[in-house]
Amino acid sequence: MEQEPLLKVRDLHTSFFTPAGEVKAVNGVSFNLDRGKVLGIVGESGSGKSVTAYSIMQILATTGKIVSGSIKLDGQELVGADESVMKTVRGNKVSIIFQDPMTSLNPTYTIGHQLMEAIMLHTDRNKAQARERAIEMLRLVNVNEPEKRIKQYPFEFSGGMRQRVMIAMALACEPDILIADEPTTALDVTIQAQILELMKSLQEELGMAIIMITHDLGVVAQMCDEVIVMYAGSICEQGTAEEIFYNPKHEYTKGLMRSIPTADTAGSKLHPITGTPIDLLNMPEGCPFAPRCNNAMKICLRQRCERMRINDEHFAACWMNVKEGIENGTIVREEEGGENA
Amino acid sequence: MSEHIEKNGDILVDVRHLKQYFNINVGWLKTKPLKAVDDVSFSIRRGETLGLVGESGCGKTTVGRSILHLYQPTAGEVIFNGHPIKSKADIRELREKATMVFQDPYSSLNPRMTVSDIIGEPLDIHKAYKNKEERLHRILELMDQVGLNSEHASRYAHEFSGGQRQRIGIARALALKPDFIVCDEPVSALDVSIQAQVINMFVELQEQMNLTYLFIAHDILVVRHISDRIAVMYLGKMVELADAAEIYDQPLHPYTRSLMSAVPQPDPKVAKANKRIVLSGDIPSPLNAPSGCPFRTRCPNAAPCCAEAMPEFKEVKPGHFVACHRLNEI
Repeated sequence: MEQEPLLKVRDLHTSFFTPAGEVKAVNGVSFNLDRGKVLGIVGESGSGKSVTAYSIMQILATTGKIVSGSIKLDGQELVGADESVMKTVRGNKVSIIFQDPMTSLNPTYTIGHQLMEAIMLHTDRNKAQARERAIEMLRLVNVNEPEKRIKQYPFEFSGGMRQRVMIAMALACEPDILIADEPTTALDVTIQAQILELMKSLQEELGMAIIMITHDLGVVAQMCDEVIVMYAGSICEQGTAEEIFYNPKHEYTKGLMRSIPTADTAGSKLHPITGTPIDLLNMPEGCPFAPRCNNAMKICLRQRCERMRINDEHFAACWMNVKEGIENGTIVREEEGGENA
Repeated sequence: MSEHIEKNGDILVDVRHLKQYFNINVGWLKTKPLKAVDDVSFSIRRGETLGLVGESGCGKTTVGRSILHLYQPTAGEVIFNGHPIKSKADIRELREKATMVFQDPYSSLNPRMTVSDIIGEPLDIHKAYKNKEERLHRILELMDQVGLNSEHASRYAHEFSGGQRQRIGIARALALKPDFIVCDEPVSALDVSIQAQVINMFVELQEQMNLTYLFIAHDILVVRHISDRIAVMYLGKMVELADAAEIYDQPLHPYTRSLMSAVPQPDPKVAKANKRIVLSGDIPSPLNAPSGCPFRTRCPNAAPCCAEAMPEFKEVKPGHFVACHRLNEI
């Protein structure tokens, strides 16, 4: 028996109930996160990557609701847990940083006030101790002259500096998991490099696990040990970064890899994924990617493919693997789904 | 520099010593010039794509807008197709042949206009048709050209997805059969899978219509893919300009070096082995730009001479221009 993972998400379904109908934003997501690992969740807008993270924190908008599934943090069930339980989880055990460092800080309070507020809320430090801790945290994220900076307001900080403050705030209570929701999307390339470098070194120093939500495959390649690829609320493929990048086994992942420009594609045509993203209000019966997939088969339109094992470190939900398996003889046609059932 | 390029074929856009200052209020009745673009010179050949990269606030969008005279340049000259742009009549003529595609497909289309009116507006302004049938015919032709279903001509912009809206913006830019398009971050608001579709369309349109692009973007991999040459800007100044492959593989300016090394490579082995040159500090405010070379405050190789004067933007190899005092020492 393996060691129990730090975070265990099983068959998570989260929906938004809108006047137009139920939007199934997260549709049967399962994954594990071990201590000290960096997990990347990639996908396009509307693929449900952020909603997955917000479900873990239970900070969904009022129309959103976890419909079913289980989220276990350190063995403790969070789905259906009391708000008082969630208050001890948020900030203490799981912290989140958001995409936009411009809007996630309150412009009317000083940086120090906001940092100290978070620290005093989650620990039993008094004001002087919290101030000390705030300065210590700012120093940790490489903010120069933290004694001076904590008296300043967010507008006096640049975008990269604000993101550092957000990271300091998120890490102030030494969480086990840091969720980073597109942490560098709003930043310039050279500042992005600084922030990613900082996150990586803090992760090694403090040993927390990171869930990195992004649409940038370059950021994933640089940061992540494991990767989940999401499309239309479900996981298409998950595995180690090397497996996903060098041996993709879902047609959507393959399409993504082909469509990104690299130094080698200059002067040639890209191979885009055709069509437009799916409408979550009208989900097809079969594989959600089938309408855009060039290799879609009859079964893809009819029946959604279950998660299949490619190897110990790699899972994909694509019928193409069964087709290939039958063709090259690794799957014997006896029971539907072959060896992967 | 223009001598060199003039030998090299047909120049469509020639920008000479372009300056664009904005007056910013810094107190009661006091203003200060913000040097958004400060003495930038370059030229673009016919049929070429020039990529323009840099961080936010470096003036790359302002360069694009000043070329089209959406701002009246503070100083300098824009020569389009051999004609210097001076009078209002020149500007009107320029805007028939030079158009723009904007970054945000959500705010650059009027929500109260139908798609056919959006695409038809440039035709109306420049009276490019004889009768209504001709106008409609041209609009449908344009929609077809950018891959939009022509049955959707009477719909409004909000009924389309981001990628389709960007296609509407491109159709509008193509309406007057321009020679030159300024593409201001045209794909940065789009998802990866849609981004590739739009990039391919830009390349195809260029081949069909012999278009010339100024392609402004912050995503270096996209610019590297589409451009023939790339120019790098920092704080209103151009610091390097060279062939796309050369500037990507062998950047010379310390800023370009760190910029190229910071690009997240979509390949785990390369990305994890990559030695990044991480710059310390932030880009200074253009209101208080450093003296001399604007990059010296973050430059790992800065020396006292860098504070004294702005280095000359000179050709160090054929077609490779760099502005750095200490190029030979580093």
